[in-house]
Amino acid sequence: MKAKIHVYLKPGVLDPQGAAVAGALHNMGYDEVTAARQGKLIELDLTGDDVEAARKRVDEMCAKLLSNPVIESYSIELA
Amino acid sequence: MTQYAEGITAEIVKEHGINDAEYAVILDRLGRAPNLVELGIFSVMWSEHCSYKSSRAHLGKLPTKGEKVIQGPGENAGVIDIGDGPNGKKMACIFKMESHNHPSFIEPYQGAATGVGGILRDVFTMGARPVALMNALRFGAPEHKKTRQLVSGVVAGIGGYGNCVGVPTVGGETNFHAGYNGNILVNAMAVGLAEADNIFYARGAEPGQPIVYVGSKTGRDGIHGATMASAEFDDQSEEKRPTVQVGDPFVEKKLIEACLELMATDAIAAIQDMGAAGLTSSSVEMADKGGIGIALDMDKVPQRETGMTTYEMMLSESQERMLVIMKPGREDVAYEIFKKWELDVAVIGETTDTGRMVLTHKGEVVCDIPVAPLADDAPKYERPYFAPEVRAQLNAKDVAQPSHMGEVLLKIMSSPDMASKAWIWKQYDRHVMADTTASSEDPSDAAIVRVHGTNKALAITTDCTPRYCFANPFEGGKQAVAEAWRNLTATGADPIAITDCLNFGNPEREEIMGQFVGCIDGMAEACAKLDFPVVSGNVSLYNETNGVAIPPTPAIGGVGLIPDMAKRAHFGGMREGDILLVVGETEGALGASVYLKVIEGREDGGAPLVDLDAEKAHGDFVRGQIRAGRLSACHDLSDGGLACAAADMALASDMGIKLAHEGNVPMHGYLFGEDQGRYLLAAAKEDAIAILQDAKADDVPVHVVGLAGGTAVTVNGAHPLELDRLRAAWEGWMPALMDQLVEAAE
Amino acid sequence: MKSAVIVFPGSNCDRDAHDAIEKVTGQKPAMVWHQESELPEGTQFVMVPGGFSYGDYLRCGAMASRSAIMPAIVAHAATGAPVLGVCNGFQILTESGLLPGALMRNAGLKFVCEKAPLTVENANTQFTSRYEAGAQLLVPIAHHDGNYFADTETLDRIEGEGQVVFRYGRNPNGSARDIAGIINEQGNVMGMMPHPERAVDDGHGGTDGLALFESLLGSA
Repeated sequence: MKAKIHVYLKPGVLDPQGAAVAGALHNMGYDEVTAARQGKLIELDLTGDDVEAARKRVDEMCAKLLSNPVIESYSIELA
Repeated sequence: MTQYAEGITAEIVKEHGINDAEYAVILDRLGRAPNLVELGIFSVMWSEHCSYKSSRAHLGKLPTKGEKVIQGPGENAGVIDIGDGPNGKKMACIFKMESHNHPSFIEPYQGAATGVGGILRDVFTMGARPVALMNALRFGAPEHKKTRQLVSGVVAGIGGYGNCVGVPTVGGETNFHAGYNGNILVNAMAVGLAEADNIFYARGAEPGQPIVYVGSKTGRDGIHGATMASAEFDDQSEEKRPTVQVGDPFVEKKLIEACLELMATDAIAAIQDMGAAGLTSSSVEMADKGGIGIALDMDKVPQRETGMTTYEMMLSESQERMLVIMKPGREDVAYEIFKKWELDVAVIGETTDTGRMVLTHKGEVVCDIPVAPLADDAPKYERPYFAPEVRAQLNAKDVAQPSHMGEVLLKIMSSPDMASKAWIWKQYDRHVMADTTASSEDPSDAAIVRVHGTNKALAITTDCTPRYCFANPFEGGKQAVAEAWRNLTATGADPIAITDCLNFGNPEREEIMGQFVGCIDGMAEACAKLDFPVVSGNVSLYNETNGVAIPPTPAIGGVGLIPDMAKRAHFGGMREGDILLVVGETEGALGASVYLKVIEGREDGGAPLVDLDAEKAHGDFVRGQIRAGRLSACHDLSDGGLACAAADMALASDMGIKLAHEGNVPMHGYLFGEDQGRYLLAAAKEDAIAILQDAKADDVPVHVVGLAGGTAVTVNGAHPLELDRLRAAWEGWMPALMDQLVEAAE
Repeated sequence: MKSAVIVFPGSNCDRDAHDAIEKVTGQKPAMVWHQESELPEGTQFVMVPGGFSYGDYLRCGAMASRSAIMPAIVAHAATGAPVLGVCNGFQILTESGLLPGALMRNAGLKFVCEKAPLTVENANTQFTSRYEAGAQLLVPIAHHDGNYFADTETLDRIEGEGQVVFRYGRNPNGSARDIAGIINEQGNVMGMMPHPERAVDDGHGGTDGLALFESLLGSA
């Protein structure tokens, strides 16, 4: 089983890298871009096939290591 | 005998950069046609990068011996004696400079980062703890469309790697010139310290010893990077992107600590880093230097990807790997240490007495060749050359006189090569290890790094003036060495030895080969006269794109020793009322000068001539005055001449300077001429009198040129340039250039 | 005073921390490997040094803050003993929850190394008692992720409680309210981005960091 974890900055936390990306796109003529947020994608290869059990474990991993709750949120996709 | 082994064609041989004559030698030495693995191994060992085939015939002219030289060229890095360390044990300084030009042009961040990683490995492979990094950078014209992106990437890469491994990046130089538009130069230098009786060499392995692989796993990175570094660019080069390696400074840091820990155990017979051509060059090097054979089991090589072939493993340039030949029965020591540092470690073979390199993969022998020809029979070419025309000297009287010298000075000090490079060095950790006494931010002609736990320090500089080398390769080569010697001297150090990084165009063109030979001849003369031998170095050829070569750039990295930290000098200590003195004669050499380029938009005229006897006499005199404690400031005169040195001193001391001009030399030649062998000194009146008396006794020309005071640089009471205005322009140029990048991105 | 310097893979200011502590206290600190689970018997002061633990991968300090030695450091801090985190050490202390907030990528996106002017905001801590309140210092900084972030409520609270110990004179990284160093509520765990251990010596970086270590000595 694979887990895909998206980690992104919470709304309201300044994201200078995202701002630079948005600025660059804007400068290249992509006027429709009004904002960009840069996050991380972490892929895990997992053993076992119990999706719900896996979700619980991965959620724990996110809380304990993969994200920092002060500044980041995350979402989990299992497949 | 069949000309080609199964699956090999003339085309494949050619793609490996092996010409017909070279291929004939391989057939002769093997007594059969090589297979693909063997061809690949010959190809990298005989590449320009590994074999120095175009340059070897001339490199031998460089003096490499001296009283303080422990190890000259031929090992991973040079080694010099720096006397006693903190525990009374004899200490050695180990250093080398190397290019990473092509990779940095293609992928600036990773190219520069892996350049730093590679040069660090050359130094700690020998048992030294790296204590300082320097870099000599040459970029295209500031306005060229690629320049800003390259500057930004290279600087971030150098910082990203050096900062993380925790070795301070203490200095260097940065030039901009259209001649580098298609080929930037990234030359990185590493300096380390070791106990003189605990240095590790490639030689020393004996038959029957285990070969241990440590560090990162092997992937398909940079296959054929070593041959890429030896081929000219064309418009398709950007397609070669995937061959560039990715660095991991975190692994490098662990590797430094683990190797130094292992080196303290007496378990190592020989050790090599896997640099260009990775596993091939490191194993061949140790086998050749030890006069032995090697047998490797390729299945045991730690691999990052599946399905790797022997060819790929032998040619991979994955970074942060080392090959160690251990004393028999001591493998456990290595296992324990490398496991602690969470690094891969595996015994992948052993040394033999066959003199052959035998590789086995999946139970089959896939390569079986004699070691000696790989190293000894590498081609050596006496490339034909002609000496480039030496440009005629330029008389300052024939160059128009400007009306306001202050405005000229402002323009020169805020020109690309002269403006502050704080934008660059602020991105480098210059202070980690807590021994940096002077770095790029400080008013010092050389970086100063203390020998930990002692009252001594290393002085380190990088120098080269490519526009002189272009105008006159011989004088330019001399000047590069002399300027390094002068910069070390200006801090109060005893210059000891140099490393060089010789960057040129295509040596198969006679004119380029002529530049190379001229520069080497000039360097050799300066090294000999100044007792400043070459202990390590690197040659980078084929720096040209679509037939346009870079200006000849023999970058010199000089190292000296300050025996007593209390007796040294810098150029930020000038006090009000100090007398300013110039050591050396000023004739107003404006040929190939910064003045001519910035003010007249011309790059013609002859290079200034270097009188090596005068250089030595003037330098020894200045060092004596520094050690006598007479100087409040000392600065060498180089780019931009007297006026620019005075401006540096004024800015660093936050004190104006009143220069006086008299005599026959036209004022612009007097102020901005780049006559060699000169220093600007500041000293209190009574000290200045003593200096002048000593100068007379020693027959050294010393002239009073001005007085410290006020808030501006002036000449004969006129031509004022206020320091505030000067500082803003000097500091402002580079941020203004790079902010355009940000604007472009935003 | 018995001290310990924690060493993670990728730490690179550990020797500097060791030398600064030895210089001021006259005693060599123990160098404690991250895989240990206990501090040496009798340890009073713990310093978490700068560097790039785990290569700064994932988030600066994240993986180090989950290493074997951390529970011992947390327990040590709970006894009220002094713990100082500098640069990467500050990041590790916020990641471990010993200090509030987080350190994000510098606003300028570039690594910045310079001598930073600082103001001592609180001279009434065991780390700063030898400074005058409001003293102006010059201490080297060298980091890529020193941009201090906390929500407004947290910022207001730590300001109110005197937990902001050092403030930048010229903000180099976008830190909220120019914050350069903070202390926990109990006053025994401090984190700061500037490197006091690089400022204990005239031959290198000046001496404005000396008083910090001397303050500790006085309090021990």
